[in-house]
Amino acid sequence: MEVKDVKVRIPVREQDPKVRATNFDEVCLGYNEEEAMAEASRCLNCKNPFCVSGCPVAINIPAFIQEVKAGNFEEAYNIISQSSALPAVCGRVCPQETQCEGKCIRGKMGDPVAIGKLERFVADWARQHGITPKATAEKKGKKIAVIGSGPSGLTCAGDLAKMGYDVTIYEALHKAGGVLVYGIPEFRLPKDEVVAAEVENVKKLGVKIETNVIIGKSVTIDELLNEEGFDAVYIGSGAGLPKFMGIPGENACGVYSANEYLTRSNLMKAFKDDHATPIFNIKKVAVVGGGNVAMDAARTALRLGAEVHIVYRRSEEELPARVEEVHHAKEEGVIFDLLTNPTEILVDDKGWVSGIKCIRMELGEPDASGRRRPVEIPGSEFEIDVDAVIMSLGTSPNPLISSTTVGLDTDKRKCIIATEETGATTKEGVYAGGDAVTGAATVILAMGAGKIAAKGIDEFLSK
Amino acid sequence: MYKIVSAEELADKIFRMEIEAPMVTRSCQPGQFLIVKMDEEGERIPLTICDYNRETGIVTIVVQEVGASTTIMSNLKAGDYFQDVVGPLGCPSELVTGDFEEVKNKKILFVAGGLGTAPVYPQVKWLHEHGIAADVIIGTRSHSTLIYEEEMKKVAGNLYVTTDDGSYGRSGMVTDTIKYLVNECGNHYDLCISIGPMIMMKFVCLLTKELGIKTIVSMNPVMVDGTGMCGACRLQVGDEIKFACVDGPEFDGHLVDFDQAMMRSRMYKTEEGRAMLALTEGDTHKGNCGGDK
Repeated sequence: MEVKDVKVRIPVREQDPKVRATNFDEVCLGYNEEEAMAEASRCLNCKNPFCVSGCPVAINIPAFIQEVKAGNFEEAYNIISQSSALPAVCGRVCPQETQCEGKCIRGKMGDPVAIGKLERFVADWARQHGITPKATAEKKGKKIAVIGSGPSGLTCAGDLAKMGYDVTIYEALHKAGGVLVYGIPEFRLPKDEVVAAEVENVKKLGVKIETNVIIGKSVTIDELLNEEGFDAVYIGSGAGLPKFMGIPGENACGVYSANEYLTRSNLMKAFKDDHATPIFNIKKVAVVGGGNVAMDAARTALRLGAEVHIVYRRSEEELPARVEEVHHAKEEGVIFDLLTNPTEILVDDKGWVSGIKCIRMELGEPDASGRRRPVEIPGSEFEIDVDAVIMSLGTSPNPLISSTTVGLDTDKRKCIIATEETGATTKEGVYAGGDAVTGAATVILAMGAGKIAAKGIDEFLSK
Repeated sequence: MYKIVSAEELADKIFRMEIEAPMVTRSCQPGQFLIVKMDEEGERIPLTICDYNRETGIVTIVVQEVGASTTIMSNLKAGDYFQDVVGPLGCPSELVTGDFEEVKNKKILFVAGGLGTAPVYPQVKWLHEHGIAADVIIGTRSHSTLIYEEEMKKVAGNLYVTTDDGSYGRSGMVTDTIKYLVNECGNHYDLCISIGPMIMMKFVCLLTKELGIKTIVSMNPVMVDGTGMCGACRLQVGDEIKFACVDGPEFDGHLVDFDQAMMRSRMYKTEEGRAMLALTEGDTHKGNCGGDK
């Protein structure tokens, strides 16, 4: 395959929008070997690669891309594995446009190299060819407990296992993966094929995963350290508590948090007939919010047969979701009601949602986030008739662990306080990272924090 | 996998199971609940912990056949396994966590309804073990649906059984017995703890509010994860929204909006009905009903 114009990236094949709007199969089909090698040839192999500095886990990007270019896919995988435990996940869900690809020199005069799609190709190729990461270090004879099996916990556990530590992950749900299994939908991140396989890879490094254990209820962190013989603990318990708006009608039947709607569909597989968990058959829904989670909820409802309206109070430019997700949602037929803010959920006499009352907004002066503040336009209230509302307004950390651990300090937002350099908390031997520390953010930032903490724990235990 | 060590039918469509779940029993307390998931395709079903043994690691649950999942569950036998059991979830009863001296000086009345009798038992038993005798009212539809009578007799101060149809014990609703105890017998109660169907707890609370007796109820709304993640179990309690799974399951009954809670608990009735139909008749369809999208 030849590159016709070095300024333009090799397009990636996707399922047709009309077809994919009716199924849960993956939207993006990824590169094949030929396409990947062609795209890899666009990399300038910079001496001072900015892309690496844009990657929260600092993958040696030019090195792996050079191997792809030469067709040495196994070597490419080994290079990525040195830095990332979840390449098949990251290649799919990382916001590359603001990270590695955002710094790519090619981007100055055309499309940046499709680093994310190449990473995904390498990870998928390795999985299909039975290649897994290898544990190398000698056993250190020290035990570490990792709380939560999401991206942060898996990364931290994988890195520690590679260093020779005996690592056990405790997961509260019945399945490992955290937000990768309950939050991100199948059509963006296949569960059995991709997530389960990457979790298996972490296990192959020697990491033990115990599901159905709620730290803070079954066992406390103090018990892990004082009674169960753990030398250090990493808290990667995420940000699980959903927020609501506090407007009238929010407790009506048919109002869901995005977490509930997505958990029913993703973790409990309610979209499949042979699974027992029910999901309401929505006809027309308002998804309130403009983040990636809102896009996921919207596109899930669409696939389950609903007419879907995204209701967001700012304009398209301020949508916090990735451009690719917004683009996919639009292609599939999600309707965007922008500069619109709900004021009340209308309820029928049986207690069910019958509509949502909204008010039009306009953008005023920039606020603390640097984005222009949305201001209500007086007298512009109107109603949208819907039979369901999905609230996707963000999440905050679960206080279960912080409230049951002596000496573990949190900030005003209930986020665990941990240093950026090592992940150390206010309690000796206890480290934390990911959404539990930052509040809701991205998979890759959580992974970066897991990596830093693994190093921090190693330094602490090597003293 | 979590082994079922015993399974028995206590009354018509009510089953008791003992399960090996040491991670639950190592720290659980009266008032808390657990979640079971039968198999890969199963739903997560929250159930109140009805008894536990820290030495053997065995926890007791009581289940009533009300839908497809519980009907399948009632067919499980000793030696079968649950794929998943997780707990303890929720907060322990205030009786256990509160100031013991205060609890000791209280005159406590338990009002149990139907299946709710089972989760009342560990609380009464805990008090009994700590030298406190509480009065207990068990209300049930009929003699054939009465459970835990013998067990309760051993740990309660006075036990009053009342049946809707008058087939056993006193006749009428639990509220009739509360009125009888307070108004006719002149009993004084500082605290009432009521667990049972929401409609029963609602009327108990209306009455105890009138009688000036502080009342704690245990709520069992729709849940998915049970760890505070989904918000499906949210309740209006006073002017706050609370999650039953992490803030409860026990709340001040005089503050709970029962009408809203009952309305929300009916949310999946259609889907549940379809699942039951699929189980009993082997065929149904999920959605797309006659031109209706």
